[in-house]
Amino acid sequence: MGETQGHGHQEGNGHAQGSKYGMVIDLDKCTGCGACMVACMAENNVPTKPDETNKLDTITWMRVFKLSNGKAFPEAETCYLPRPCMHCGGKHDAGHSPCVSVCPATATDYSYKTGIVSQIYTRCFGCRYCMGACPYKARYFNWWDPKFPADMKEYLSPDVSVRMRGIVEKCSFCFHRYQRAMDRAFYEGRELEEHEYQTACTQACPAGAITFGDLNNERHMVHKVVNDKHEGHAVLQGRKPFRLLEELDTNPKVYYLSARDWVVKAGNASLRETSPADKKPSGGHH
Amino acid sequence: MEAAYQKLVRLESQLHPEGVQRAPLWQFVLWLGFFGTVLLWGVYAMFLCWFKGLNQTNMNDYYGFALWIWADLAVIAVGGGAFFTGLLRYVIGKDPLKYIINYAVLIGFICYSSALLILAIDIGQPLRGWFIFWHANVHSMLTEVAFCLSCYFGVLCIEYIPLVLENRKLDEIPFFHHTAHNFHEVMAIFAATGAFLSFFHQGSLGGVAGVLFGRPFAYRPEFYIWPTTFFLFTWSAAACGPCFTILVTKITEAITRKKLVKDNVVELLAKIAGWMLLTYSIAKIADTLYWGFVMLPKHGLQITDFYTNASLIYTKLGGVPWILLIEILCSVIPALILVSKKGRQSKPALVVAVLLGSMCAMINRWVMVLQVMAAPIMTFDQFALYFPSWQELATTVLPVAYGVILISLSHRYLPVFPQERELNPV
Repeated sequence: MGETQGHGHQEGNGHAQGSKYGMVIDLDKCTGCGACMVACMAENNVPTKPDETNKLDTITWMRVFKLSNGKAFPEAETCYLPRPCMHCGGKHDAGHSPCVSVCPATATDYSYKTGIVSQIYTRCFGCRYCMGACPYKARYFNWWDPKFPADMKEYLSPDVSVRMRGIVEKCSFCFHRYQRAMDRAFYEGRELEEHEYQTACTQACPAGAITFGDLNNERHMVHKVVNDKHEGHAVLQGRKPFRLLEELDTNPKVYYLSARDWVVKAGNASLRETSPADKKPSGGHH
Repeated sequence: MEAAYQKLVRLESQLHPEGVQRAPLWQFVLWLGFFGTVLLWGVYAMFLCWFKGLNQTNMNDYYGFALWIWADLAVIAVGGGAFFTGLLRYVIGKDPLKYIINYAVLIGFICYSSALLILAIDIGQPLRGWFIFWHANVHSMLTEVAFCLSCYFGVLCIEYIPLVLENRKLDEIPFFHHTAHNFHEVMAIFAATGAFLSFFHQGSLGGVAGVLFGRPFAYRPEFYIWPTTFFLFTWSAAACGPCFTILVTKITEAITRKKLVKDNVVELLAKIAGWMLLTYSIAKIADTLYWGFVMLPKHGLQITDFYTNASLIYTKLGGVPWILLIEILCSVIPALILVSKKGRQSKPALVVAVLLGSMCAMINRWVMVLQVMAAPIMTFDQFALYFPSWQELATTVLPVAYGVILISLSHRYLPVFPQERELNPV
C-alpha cells in the first residue's frame, strides 16, 4: 500500500520503503496527565487486573515515566516521558528490530510498507524472548486471562482482538485505524491523508504533545518537526529531536523534544557528563 | 508376607547386572519414595503452571526470562559432558573413556530431557510449542536452539537405548541383544552427529543472549553471524560438562560406597577438562575485557554502569563486580588444579576442581540470563527485584529428583559402569 503513495524509495537492504510511521513527543508540553495511557487501553482492549498495584505485570502499551533531575528545591525539575513501542527499524533501518529478529516463530514482523512492528497474537507461543530483547521494555506478557468488568465488555473495540493468556503484546500504533483509513482511501481511489490515520494517544493528549504521521512524507508534521523545516523555516527554536538509546542502533521511530538539557541527556547514556551513579535522573512509573 | 517379600527380592535381583551387589530392595524403595515425593511436588507445580498459566510464577515484564531459563541453560551446559566425552571416545579415540561414556550419556540424557520439560512449562502457550518448528524464523537463535536441541535429544536417546537393552533380562532376548550390538557398532556416527549438533545448540544458546543488541550487557561482537558468546558457550559446555560428569560419578561412588570408575579414566577426562577450562578462562577474560573496554564505550556506556546503583544480589559488593569475579575464578582455579598431575591425583583437590568447574558454567548461565534481565538500560529506568515463586522452585527441583531416580534405576538394573565388577568383586 505504501508503495502506491508516490514517495517510496529503495532502501539499501533491497526492500521498497513506503511510509514510515512515527511519532514526535514534546516533553516540554507533556503534563503527565496519563490521558494517552487511558486512551490507549480503551482503544486497544487492554485488560485490567482487580489489583493494579504491581506495575511489573500490568499491561501498559503506552507508559508514562516520571523523570526527575535529582536536584533539591528550588532547582528540582520533573519531566513526564510517554513511552509507546518505538517500532525500531534496526541497524540502517533495515527492519531488523531487536524483537523481530529474535522471535523464533515469526510472530512479530516488521512492515516495510508502514515501518510498523506488528504482533501476531495467534502465532505467539509466549517464549518472551522479544521482551528480553527490547531495551525499552515496551513488550508485555499476558500473565492472566483477559478480564473486563461485565458492563465494560460492551465498550470493547470490535476492531482489535482481545489477547489470550500466555502471549506477548505491545503498542501497534493503532494499526487497525490505519487499516480502516486505508480501506476508505483505497475505495475512494486516493492517498491517505495525514489526519485520517492518527493514534488514540495522539488524539487524546490534551496538551497536543504527541504528533503522529509518516516520517517519509514531507507534507506530514512529524517529517517537518524531525527535519526542523516548515515552509523553509525552522520550527524547533533550537531544540533538537532525540530518540531513546540511539547509540544502540535500534533506530526507533519515536522522537522526543525538550529544551531542557538534562532531559535530553536522560535519553541516552552517552550524553552523560559524569558517572551514571552521580548523574542518573531518577525515574518512576506514572 | 515375609515369604512373598523374599520372592520379590529374588525376582528383582535377577534384573541386576551380573556379578555386582545392590542395596536391599526396601532401602531402594525408600530412596525412590523420597525422591518420588519431591518429583510429585514438582509435577503438581508443573500442572498448576499449565492449567493456571505463568501467573503462578514470580516472573514479570522485567524478568521475562528467569529461573527456568537459567536452569535450562545450566543443565544443558553441564550435560555437555555427553557430547564431549562421546567426541573424545568415538571420534578422537580416547579409548579409556569407554568406561565412563555410559554414565556421561545417561547424565546428558537426564539433562536434556529435563531441559525440554522445563521449556515446555516455560512457554505461555504450551500447546503452540510446535510453532517454533512450523513458523520457524531462521534469524532467531532460539529457532536454532529448538532444532538442534530436539535432534540432539534424539541422538541421546539412540545412545541410551543400547544401555537399556543390555539389562540382564532384556539381553537374553536375541533381538534386543543384536539391536544393542548393532547400535554399538554404529555409535561413532551418532557420537559425531551429537558433537556437531551440540556445537550448534550450545553455541546458539550463547547466541540467544549475545545477539541482543538492545541489551548491551549481553551483546557481543560477531564472527560472521555468531556472537562470541556462541563460541564461549560451546567451549564452556565442553569444559564444564566433563567436570559435572566426574562430579556426579564421585557423588554416586560416595552414595553407593563403591569405586565405580578407575582413577586413570577419571584423571584422563579431568586432564582434558582442565585444559579446556584453562583455554576457556583465557578466552572468557579476553571477551570480558573487549566487551568492557571496547564495546561498551562504543555504545556510550561504561563497565561500571552495570555494577552501580543495582541490587547487591546481582552485582555490587563494595563496588566489586563479585559475580563476574566468581565466574572467572570458577574457571581459573579448577583449570589450574586439573592441568597439574598432582591436582588431579589428589581426591579432595579433584572434587573441589570439578565442583568449581560445574559451578563455572552454572554461574555463567545465571549471569547471561538474570543479570541481562536485571540491568536497566534506559537511564531513567528502575532496577526491579525478582525472587522465584514456590512453583518455579518446585519445577526446577523436579528435574533433579527425576535425575536421581533415573540414575538410581539405571545403576541398579543396567551395566552403567563396566569396571564395577572388577573394582568390587562380590
